[in-house]
Amino acid sequence: MENKEKMKIENINLYYGEFQALKNINMNINENEITAFIGPSGCGKSTLLKSLNRMNDLVEGVKIDGKILLDDVDIYKDMDATVLRKRVGMVFQKPNPFPMSIYDNVAYGPRTHGIKQKSRLDEIVEQSLRSAAMWDEVKDRLKKSALGMSGGQQQRLCIARAFSVNPEVILLDEPTSALDPISTMKIEDLLVEIKDNYTIIIVTHNMQQATRVSDKTAFFLHGEVVEFNETEKLFSLPKNKKTEDYITGRFG
Amino acid sequence: MESIKKSKFNDTVMQSVFFMSAFVSVLAVIAISLFLFLRGIPAIAEIGFMDFVFSEKWGPVNTPASYGILSMIVGSIYVTAGAIVIGVPVGLMCAVFLAEFCPEGIYKIVKPAVNLLAGIPSIIYGFFGMQIVVPFVRDNVGGNGYSILSASIILGIMILPTIISISESSIRAVPESYKEGSFGLGATKEETIFKVVVPAAKSGVLTAIILGIGRAVGETMAVVMVAGNAVMPLDKIALLKPIRTLTTNIVTEMSYASGLHESSLIATGVVLFVFIVILNASLSLIKFRSSRN
Ligand SMILES: Nc1ncnc2c1ncn2[C@@H]1O[C@H](COP(=O)(O)OP(=O)(O)OP(=O)(O)O)[C@@H](O)[C@H]1O
Ligand SMILES: [Mg+2]
Repeated sequence: MENKEKMKIENINLYYGEFQALKNINMNINENEITAFIGPSGCGKSTLLKSLNRMNDLVEGVKIDGKILLDDVDIYKDMDATVLRKRVGMVFQKPNPFPMSIYDNVAYGPRTHGIKQKSRLDEIVEQSLRSAAMWDEVKDRLKKSALGMSGGQQQRLCIARAFSVNPEVILLDEPTSALDPISTMKIEDLLVEIKDNYTIIIVTHNMQQATRVSDKTAFFLHGEVVEFNETEKLFSLPKNKKTEDYITGRFG
Repeated sequence: MESIKKSKFNDTVMQSVFFMSAFVSVLAVIAISLFLFLRGIPAIAEIGFMDFVFSEKWGPVNTPASYGILSMIVGSIYVTAGAIVIGVPVGLMCAVFLAEFCPEGIYKIVKPAVNLLAGIPSIIYGFFGMQIVVPFVRDNVGGNGYSILSASIILGIMILPTIISISESSIRAVPESYKEGSFGLGATKEETIFKVVVPAAKSGVLTAIILGIGRAVGETMAVVMVAGNAVMPLDKIALLKPIRTLTTNIVTEMSYASGLHESSLIATGVVLFVFIVILNASLSLIKFRSSRN
């Protein structure tokens, strides 16, 4: 049975000034699935990802046309960016915990959305850290600075932080590229574990990672989506010659 | 051969020039400290440490004379605290505006204005205070205008450039990734700036505040012109009443003091110096802490 469509990307063209970074993208992202974006450097993966929660709004000189729908609501026309970003969370390539305690990092999101009650915050912090599979690791040092943790822990904290506002979609931009294999594995396991409750999109340069975690994969080249299919099919029987060249490592 | 010798000679000459220049500043610090302590400490000893620092009775020309500077210590603390209360919020807001919200056209006006503020001589601040601030306080707030409040306002303005420029650069130095993280959670720009960016810049802001305190504690000319300079008994010190600070104590009496009276003024300088040393030590502590993080 096919899952429900959570986000729809319709005829998206995006320009940085004169430069067109995305060309006529059409794609549906299913609920409770992991979608992977792969492709060589500079092909527009991050750009599309950032369009999905309007982080591109922060970049000067960006022009975007087309439509992106979240539960059939146009996120550029009919939704406030702060509301959108609460529903569509993001984890960045480089772990970026705030220079505060572990607790405050996770409590930051709920606090900005108006939750003040200490017991409620405690609950959210614990729940988020548990979901990121790091509660036991950090429960005795919640008041310690997040900057004192290892890179892998910091990234999982950022994932916990993303959970804290109870998002529906989580965008991850090469979340493990700066991490060691063990931390990477922990995060991959985590994603697979939580996907029943979320919709996940992950950008990765690591083809094995895409095959290990994702249900669908999109292959990007020069701002276009060359092929978008179930991960298994895309990697075993690529329809497009360019996809085949890329996944077999003939260029990249 | 000749030229090699010559360049070696030049090196040695240049090195000794550098060394001498460094030596001059160290020498200056040592000379000033020696002067202060050699002249000040005996006076403190003669007056008695407790009678000097913890007595509010200042009557160097009375018989018997008394040399207590507690009132001036408290005065310095009050006007400095007042300057901080006025200057820090305004300066910090201005820094946030310059770093995060200011359109380029306006920046080109505000930034040089702030820099100019730093270059205005303190006598001008004093004059401005005397002619504008003092009457304003007298007419709108109360008292005769020469007061802790007037001194605090003038000092608050004087420390603005320090607070603004250091805070601004430390706010600009906050990594973009912190902002992205905050926006990514659905925070607004204001929330992001006040809950993430400014706290992340706090060691810079703290440095700015301490340098501002240093400037305010040491300022003399502008304060003497607006503070009224009366030695107040501790229980009479009030926001709208005149006040005498450590610096203004020295400058008002230096011209006619002699003997122990004169030395007691130098000893007042010793106390001021100790304040400054403590401020510098806390600066080093902040630098040490933030470099460790
Ligand atoms: N802020 C920007 N201003 C101008 N051009 C940009 C900007 N951000 C990205 N680009 C350009 O847009 C194109 C797509 O960039 P994007 O970051 O989306 O690529 P990517 O697929 O994520 O690459 P990578 O795998 O290296 O992260 C690139 O050619 C890049 O140079
Ligand atoms: Mg990228």
